[in-house]
Amino acid sequence: MSTESLPDPGQHPALGRQDIAHLARLARLAVTDEELDRFAGQLGAVLDAVAQVQRADVGDVAPTTHAVPLTNVLRADVTTPCLPRDVVLAGAPAAEDGRFRVPRILGEEE
Amino acid sequence: MSDLTTLTAVELQAALAAGETTSVEVTRAHLDRIAAEDGALGAYLHVDGDAALARAAEVDASGTAGTGLAGIPVALKDVFVTEGVPTTSGSRILEGWRPPYSATVATRLRDAGTVMLGKTNMDEFAMGSSTENSAYTATRNPWDRDRIPGGSSGGSSTAVAGHLAPLALGTDTGGSIRQPAALTGLVGHKPTYGSVSRYGLIAFSSSLDQAGPMARTVLDAALLHEAIGGHDPRDSTSIDAPVPAVVEAARRGAGGDLAGLRVGVVRELGGEGAREGYEQGVLDRFAGAVALLEAAGAEVREVSCPSFGLALPAYYLIAPSEASSNLARFEGMRFGIRVGDDGGRDVDEVMALTREQGFGPEVKRRIILGTYALSAGYYDAYYGQAQKVRTLIGRDFSTAFDGGASGGVDVLVSPTSPTVAWPIGARVHDPLAMYAADLCTLPASLAGVPAISVPCGLSEGLPVGLQVMAPALADDRCYRVAAAVEAALGAPLTDRLLERAA
Repeated sequence: MSTESLPDPGQHPALGRQDIAHLARLARLAVTDEELDRFAGQLGAVLDAVAQVQRADVGDVAPTTHAVPLTNVLRADVTTPCLPRDVVLAGAPAAEDGRFRVPRILGEEE
Repeated sequence: MSDLTTLTAVELQAALAAGETTSVEVTRAHLDRIAAEDGALGAYLHVDGDAALARAAEVDASGTAGTGLAGIPVALKDVFVTEGVPTTSGSRILEGWRPPYSATVATRLRDAGTVMLGKTNMDEFAMGSSTENSAYTATRNPWDRDRIPGGSSGGSSTAVAGHLAPLALGTDTGGSIRQPAALTGLVGHKPTYGSVSRYGLIAFSSSLDQAGPMARTVLDAALLHEAIGGHDPRDSTSIDAPVPAVVEAARRGAGGDLAGLRVGVVRELGGEGAREGYEQGVLDRFAGAVALLEAAGAEVREVSCPSFGLALPAYYLIAPSEASSNLARFEGMRFGIRVGDDGGRDVDEVMALTREQGFGPEVKRRIILGTYALSAGYYDAYYGQAQKVRTLIGRDFSTAFDGGASGGVDVLVSPTSPTVAWPIGARVHDPLAMYAADLCTLPASLAGVPAISVPCGLSEGLPVGLQVMAPALADDRCYRVAAAVEAALGAPLTDRLLERAA
């Protein structure tokens, strides 16, 4: 997202209606007008609260991504059976010819 | 024989082993109680009585009932995938989905001979502290049906507290086992991160999610913990270490002797200068529990964990960020519902409509917040900063446990929740008030250390929980201390619900 479309994080800004609409679009959520109004107020308050993390003195503190640092966890290089195709497709909203059937992926102009 | 639904898992085990009852009888008693009570309580999303009775008959026929957990019914939070059994994670987007495989913990419970009664209600994708965010139904607290049962594992807490199951599995990301356990008078344990498999758990926040037991007694919880714990090659974050001896610790703790145990009371969680938002009744019961620990021989001192005050803002950046990524998999193509696929709309439009109709408001709020916190230009200020605060919280735990000059403590204690169960609806329009319910449980989640909630009395007729936190992989200390508190208080707190009903 372009940084000029949203206020400076240091200001602990309220998220505006347009910002919410933009973020919802990025997250593939077709939010309604009523939701935009409601979320703008609620998320503004939440953002004010979570912005408190910026008060912490973290100087040269390393980030923690995970409580248990395990690296290079690999399984044995042995073939194991995967789920049968028909069983997996049975849970899909639409299937055809042994595949997931999906809506049009490319736009007219592409 | 008294009503089988009033017995603990340990008592059921003994009755089964002695041949005084059968798994079919035990299962039927619970199904009858579910049929009678669950219309009002709303603990379960799915119950298949015929399948449960058939499974119970199988266990009876095998002759194993009464060994370990064989023959004993369990309830599973609907966040665990179960092969062929509807699994929704409390969301409309998965309505009607029957998973093609089972979570490792579900498989382990089945292999142990347990009988699955059904799947329990929860906040959608485990996002919430009251179970009101379920897309399907509200769950009511058996102590007061106008109040919430905690969350997000509120279906499991009501099922066990209401005697609709002797045992249940929950999951805890920021407190979702401990807080509902506290609010319904149960024992609930969040194991060390990585010590119980996450394979087949529908992911909310992968660096925090952890499955664990909920039960009416400490020993019952320990038995369930032992059945599900241990390394799983299918979970790359699974720790390859033996399950701590939690059952032995629960038995030892019940002896009531804590001589030499060093207990730290966390000042920042309800202590001097940090009591805002805490109910006096909760603080009183907590003080009573600390006095019990001292009476049992523990050395109690106050410990300061200065970064715990930032756990809430850090958590509500990290968890929504991970959720916004994890929930991208719900796109209406491979499982669950699909909306608006009319032949004209393209895949982006169908995805957006499916997610709009499939997700509830709290899930949308968190996806939007997480998308914001992870976006270019804001990442360092929010997500990156929260991860550094997470490091500070981990250091507070290390300092408390390892000590330095003053010597460390063996466990840390606090109230589990700043308040007792609140009235249904009281916080639904105020996300921040809802988030405040997790104040005490978030530090252990962020640090990945084990923590248990054990009942420590009533305030205004509603249960209060004591939280006991321990170093990573020292889950046994949580059970030992909890068992000592339980023994000092006498009968399980939930027995009072039975007395009230009688």
